[in-house]
Amino acid sequence: MSDSTQPKLDLVVIGNGMAGLRVIEDLLEIAPARYNITVFGAEPHASYNRIMLSPVLAGDKEFAEIQTHDRDWYANNGITLYTGEAVETIDRRRRMVVSSEGREVGYDRLVLATGSRPFIIPVPGHDRQGVISFRDITDVNEMVAASEQGGKAAVIGGGLLGLEAAYGLHKRGMDVTIVHLMDQLMERQLDPTAAELLQHSLTQRGLSFRMGAETAAITGDEAGRVNGLRFKDADDSTLDADLVVMAVGIRPNIDLAKSAGLHCDKGIVVNDTMQTYDPRIYAVGECVEHRQAVYGLVAPLWDQAKVCANHLAWRGHSHYDGSVTATQLKVTGIDMYSAGDFAQGEDTDTLAYADIRRGVYKRIVLRDDRIAGVVLYGDTRDGGWYFKHMQAGTDVSAFRDLLVFGKAFVEAGDSDEPTQEAA
Amino acid sequence: MSDTTHTTCPYCGVGCGVTATVDADNAVSVAGDKTHPSNKGSLCSKGTALADTVGLADRLLHPMIDCVRADWDTALDRVADGFGQVIAEHGPDAVAFYVSGQLLTEDYYVANKLMKGYIGSANIDTNSRLCMSSAVAGHKRALGEDVVSGCYDDLETADLVVLVGSNTAWCHPVVYQRMVAAQERDPNKKLVVIDPRRTATADGADLHLPVAPGADVALFNGLLAYLAEQGVTTDLPGGDEAIAEAKQGGDVAAVAEVCGVDAADLATFFKWFAATERTVTVFSQGVNQSSAGTDKVNAIINCHLLTDRIGKPGACPFSITGQPNAMGGREVGGLSSTLAAHMGFDRADTVQRFWEAPAIATEPGLKAVELFEAIEAGRVKAVWIMATNPLVSLPDADRAKAALAKCPLVVVSDVMRHTDTADYADIILPAAAWAEKSGTVTNSERMISRQRAFLPTPGQARADWAIMCDVAKRMGHGDAFAWDSPAAIFREHAALTAFENTGERVLNLGGFADLSDADYDALAPTRWPVPAAEPLRAAGAMPATQPVDQLFTDGVYPTDDGRAHLVAVTPRGPANAVSADYPLALNTGRIRDHWHTMTRTAKSERLAAHIPEPFVEIHPSDAEDHDIIDGALATIRTAWGTATLRVIVTDRQRRGSLFAPMHWNDQFASSARVGTAANPAVCPISGEPEFKHTPATIVPFQAAWHGFIYAARGLRLRRAADIDWWTKVPGTRFVRHEIAGCESLDDIKAAAKHWLGVAARDVDWLEVSDEAIGSYRAAHVDAGHLEAAVFIAPEPARLPERSWLAGLFTGQPMAEAERAAVLAGRPADASADTGPHVCSCFGVGRMTLLRAIENDGLDTVEAVGKALEAGTNCGSCKPEIAELLAAADKG
Repeated sequence: MSDSTQPKLDLVVIGNGMAGLRVIEDLLEIAPARYNITVFGAEPHASYNRIMLSPVLAGDKEFAEIQTHDRDWYANNGITLYTGEAVETIDRRRRMVVSSEGREVGYDRLVLATGSRPFIIPVPGHDRQGVISFRDITDVNEMVAASEQGGKAAVIGGGLLGLEAAYGLHKRGMDVTIVHLMDQLMERQLDPTAAELLQHSLTQRGLSFRMGAETAAITGDEAGRVNGLRFKDADDSTLDADLVVMAVGIRPNIDLAKSAGLHCDKGIVVNDTMQTYDPRIYAVGECVEHRQAVYGLVAPLWDQAKVCANHLAWRGHSHYDGSVTATQLKVTGIDMYSAGDFAQGEDTDTLAYADIRRGVYKRIVLRDDRIAGVVLYGDTRDGGWYFKHMQAGTDVSAFRDLLVFGKAFVEAGDSDEPTQEAA
Repeated sequence: MSDTTHTTCPYCGVGCGVTATVDADNAVSVAGDKTHPSNKGSLCSKGTALADTVGLADRLLHPMIDCVRADWDTALDRVADGFGQVIAEHGPDAVAFYVSGQLLTEDYYVANKLMKGYIGSANIDTNSRLCMSSAVAGHKRALGEDVVSGCYDDLETADLVVLVGSNTAWCHPVVYQRMVAAQERDPNKKLVVIDPRRTATADGADLHLPVAPGADVALFNGLLAYLAEQGVTTDLPGGDEAIAEAKQGGDVAAVAEVCGVDAADLATFFKWFAATERTVTVFSQGVNQSSAGTDKVNAIINCHLLTDRIGKPGACPFSITGQPNAMGGREVGGLSSTLAAHMGFDRADTVQRFWEAPAIATEPGLKAVELFEAIEAGRVKAVWIMATNPLVSLPDADRAKAALAKCPLVVVSDVMRHTDTADYADIILPAAAWAEKSGTVTNSERMISRQRAFLPTPGQARADWAIMCDVAKRMGHGDAFAWDSPAAIFREHAALTAFENTGERVLNLGGFADLSDADYDALAPTRWPVPAAEPLRAAGAMPATQPVDQLFTDGVYPTDDGRAHLVAVTPRGPANAVSADYPLALNTGRIRDHWHTMTRTAKSERLAAHIPEPFVEIHPSDAEDHDIIDGALATIRTAWGTATLRVIVTDRQRRGSLFAPMHWNDQFASSARVGTAANPAVCPISGEPEFKHTPATIVPFQAAWHGFIYAARGLRLRRAADIDWWTKVPGTRFVRHEIAGCESLDDIKAAAKHWLGVAARDVDWLEVSDEAIGSYRAAHVDAGHLEAAVFIAPEPARLPERSWLAGLFTGQPMAEAERAAVLAGRPADASADTGPHVCSCFGVGRMTLLRAIENDGLDTVEAVGKALEAGTNCGSCKPEIAELLAAADKG
C-alpha cells in the first residue's frame, strides 16, 4: 500500500494551537501525502508556543520569539489555514464543519484541538474591567498595558500560571499580591517543604502573599473598574488592586464537541487511539479526557499528538496510555521541577534531600522500588533523568542510596566496589 | 635554619635509626638514618609517620592528684610518702613497679635499682613479661643467659629463614624488607612461615605451614626427631633426652596430623631445614605468648643446637622483640624474675655490693599477671605504673581494672592525660615523650643506640629517670640516686655489667663504664658486648673494635658447665582448651600501622587510616556456623570477657580460630579491649600470658542501625544512650566515630543533632532521609566549613566509603560541588575517591590502586610502585598490593 496510489483524504484540524499543530507535524513526517489539511484557528495569529507566554509577560522574550510556525510554513506544506475564524458547527452527518465566517469544509477525518479556557470564579465583580485571565497573547498584552500604569495587582491562584503571571507583573513594576485559597502554593505539584521554599524565594523577590484566602467579591470603582478584593473572613478584610488576574485553573473547551453530540465528561472523551465516540473524529490536547484524566501541561499533548498522527496515518499500532506529567516553573532564578504522583501512601517510600540554606530540596516517592513522583527545588538538573526512570519504571533499589543525589552520582558509582576496610 | 638529630624509632624491637629535623618554623620531619646499621635508612609506615605524632594534643603537661592539677613537689611527696607508708606498715613486698619496654635503659636502671636495691623487693615487672619473657626463660635454659646470639645480617646471609609466630611483614617491617631483598637477590634462598594465620608475611613465603594453635612444640620436636633420624648427633647435655622425647611424636605424618598441616609440606620444611646449613629461625610473640612458651622457645633452640647452627654467620635461633627497648630492660634486669645486669638472685651479693644497697631483693618478685592478682588480693597496696597501659594490654584486663580500682595508691607516669590506666590513677605524673627524651635503647640484635631529644620538654613534663630519682631522694636514698644525667646512669649500668664479671656473663659493657658525657652524646650504634679490655671510645665514629656479630662462636656458653643445653620438651595443648561453649581459639596480635594501645599511632591520620576499626577475623566456614556476616559487627565472648568488633570474613584465618588486634581500648572504642577477653593462663616457667589462645565464641551484634560521624571537633558520644557501640578514628582535622545502636531511632534527626551538639534551630543543616529503610544522612555547616556529618543506615553496606569525606575537613569552606556531594559521601566523579589507605607513606588508597591496576594494566608490585609510588618507601604495604594484584588477576 503506497500513499501515491491512494486518493488524498480531507483532514480538518480545529484549533491552531500546540496540540493541533503537533498532530500535523507528526503526520507530515510519517504520511506526508495522505491528507489535504485545513486548519481553523480562533486566534488571529499563526501558531505560537503558549507555554512561553510567561517569559513574554515577564519581558524576558518578545512575542516574535515564541511564534512557532509562520504562514509560509502552512503554505509550503500545502495546508490551508484560516485564522481568527472559529468553527461553530460540526455536521457529522455531512462530515462538514462550518466556521464563524460561514465557511463549510468537508472532512474525512477531523481533529479537535480546541484546548481549554481559563476558569473564572463566579464571584461578584468577576466581570469588572481590569479582571483578566492568563491564557493567550491577548491577555498578556492587556496585562502589559495595565502594568505600564504601575499600581497594584492581585493574582488569584497560587498555581503554576498564577505565579508566573505574578512574577511577570512584578517584573513589569507592579506591586503584586498572590491570593491563594490553600495554605501552600502549587499544592498539586509541590509538597509543603518545597512550597515553603518557593514562597520564601518569591517573597524575597518582592512578591506578597495572602494564603488561605477565599475571595468573596471583586470590588470596583464607580466607573466599573476593579479596585480591589474582599475576602471571606471574620473581618471582611480587603486588598487594593488595580488589576486582578484570575489564574485558578482551566476547563477543557468542549462546547463545540458537545454541540456536535460527541460524548463529553470533564473533557471530550477519547479512547487510546485519541478517537472520540465518532471514530472519524479525533481529539487531542487540553480539551481531551482520557481514562478520566484531563491534562493541562504540554508533555501529554506531545504523547497524544503522536498517537493521533500515527492512527491518522493508518499505522494503527500505537496507543496512548496516559501521561506522567512533569512541571517546571518558568520564573527566572527559581528552579522547580515536579513530576508524577508524590502523595505519600501506605505503599510508598519517600527519599528526601534538604539543603535549606542553599535552597535545595528534593523529594522522590518510590512505589515498589520504582519512581512514582519527584519534586525538585533549587536544583532541577536531574529532573529529566528522574522522569526518564519514572517513565521506564526502572527498579532503583540497586542505587537507592544515591538516587536523590542524581545522575552524576549514580552513574559515577557504576564501577565501584563495595567498601572493604581492612585487609 | 634547621637542626637534625640522630635518634632511634620508638616502635618495635628492630630499633631503626631515624633522623629528626626541626626546621625554622618548628616543623618536624623524620627520616630513616642511612648511617644506622640496623635499617640503613629504611623505615616502615609507622616510623615514616613519626613526625605526625609529636604534637601536644591530649598530652599530660602537669602532675595531677585525684584528677586535680598539682605541683611537682606535692605530687612527689605524695608518691614517696605513700610508698614509704605502705613499706613501713606492710613491708617492701606490698609495693610494686610495673614498667615498660618503652622506657629507656637509663630509666629502667633507676627503677630497677630503686625497687630491688633500696626498697628491697623484686616486685618490679614490665610489659616485656607479656611479649618476651618466654624467650628470656628459653634462652636461659639453653644458653645460660638471655642472649640473642646473631644479628640482622644473619637474616640476609641465611639460605633458609624460618619465621615462627611472627607477622614480620607487619610487626617488624624493616627486618622483613631486608630479608625479602636478600631473597630476591638470591632466588635459591628460602623463606618458611609457620603461623596459624595466612598473614602478609606468609604471602611472601616459599612455604607456609598454617600450624594449629599451640602445636609449635610438636612441630619442632618433629623436626628434631627427623634430624636425628637423618643421622645428626650431638653430645651436648640434654641432647639424648630431648631427642628421645621428640621421637614420641611419631613420624612426619603423625606430626603433621597433630600440627594440622599438610604432611608433604611439613616434610618439605624438614628436608629444607636438614639440608640448609645457614638457617635462621626467627620467633616472636606467636611462640612466646603461650602457656608452653618457654618450651616452644627451647624446642626451636634444640634444633639449632643439634645441628650446631648457632654462633655462625647466617645460622642461629633469633628472638625478635616487640618493643623498642625490651632488650635494654632485660639487660638492666627490669623483670621481676631477674635481678640486674643479666644476673639472677643467686648474685644478690654481687649486686648488693655494687649498689651498696641497704635492702637487696633476694627472691624473684611478682610477674605481671601475679602482680595484678596480688593487687586485687590486697597484698600489693601501692603500684607505680610507668609508660604502659596494663588495663588494655594485660589478659583478663577487667580483673586488672578491678584491682587498680581498689588499690589504695596507684601512681601512673605517662605522656597522655587519658589512658585506660591513667583514668584509674590517684596520681598522674607527666613524663617526657620520645622526642624529648635522651638515653639509650637496645634492639633485637644487641645494638645499643642513642635516643636523643630533639624537642623541648613541654609543660612540666620530666624524664622518667629524674622523676624516680626525686622520689628516691624523698625516700631517703638521695646519695644512690644523685645522677645528673642519663650519661651518668649509663656509666653506672655499664660498670655493673662488668662488675665481678670474669666471663660468666656475656653482657659486658665495661668498655662504656668511663664513657665521657661527650662520648655518650656522640655514641654510635654499638652491638654488645663491649668489654673494658678493649675500651671503646666511639666519639661519633664507628666503634674502635669490630662489632660482635655472632656470639658463642667458640661453643662456650655462660652455663655452669660452659656448654649449651638441649631441653627435653613435651608437647601440651593450651592451658584452656576449646569447648562446646567456646569452640573457637581467640588469637590476638598487632596490625601494621598501630602500636600497642595507640597513644602514639592514633595521632597520625595516615596510620589510623590503614585499618580504622577494631576487627575480628574469622574463617568463612566458622562465620557461617555462627551466623556472622562480613562487614557487620560481632561480639566475641570468652569466659573472661567480651569485645564487639567489625567482622572480616577471610580464609586467611585458620578454621576454628579468631584473630583480633590488641590495640583498641576504651579511649578509642566502646568495647574493643580484647585484653578483657584473653585468658590469664601463663607459661609456668616464664609467666608470659597465653594471648594466642583463649577459648571463645562469637555471636552477631544485633544492631538495628549502623552509622558514622565525622566531626571537626571532639564529640561526647560516650554519653549518648542511644549509641550502643562506637569506635573513634582520629584524624588531623577531624574525628570520625563509627557507631551502631541496638534500638531503632524514633527520631533520627533529633538524635543526630543531639550527638553533634547542635541545639539551635536555625543552623545550616543538610539532610537526606529514606525513612522506609531507616537511612539518614546529615551535615552541619558553619560559615561554609563542614563542621560535622552523620550517616545512619540499617546495614553497614548502605553507608558510603569514608575516606573521601575526610578530605573535606581542610580548614577551608567547602566548594559548591563538595557541598552538593557531602551527603553522598563521595564526589560525582568517582575517580576522586581514593578509598582507605593501603600505602600510608604516600597516602595511596585502595580505590586508587584498584583503578590503576585495572585501567593501566599494572601487573606487578614494582609496576604499581613506578606508577603510583605506593610501596616504594617503607614497603610495608607491598604484601597488600600483591594481594590486590592477585585479586584483580582472579577477577
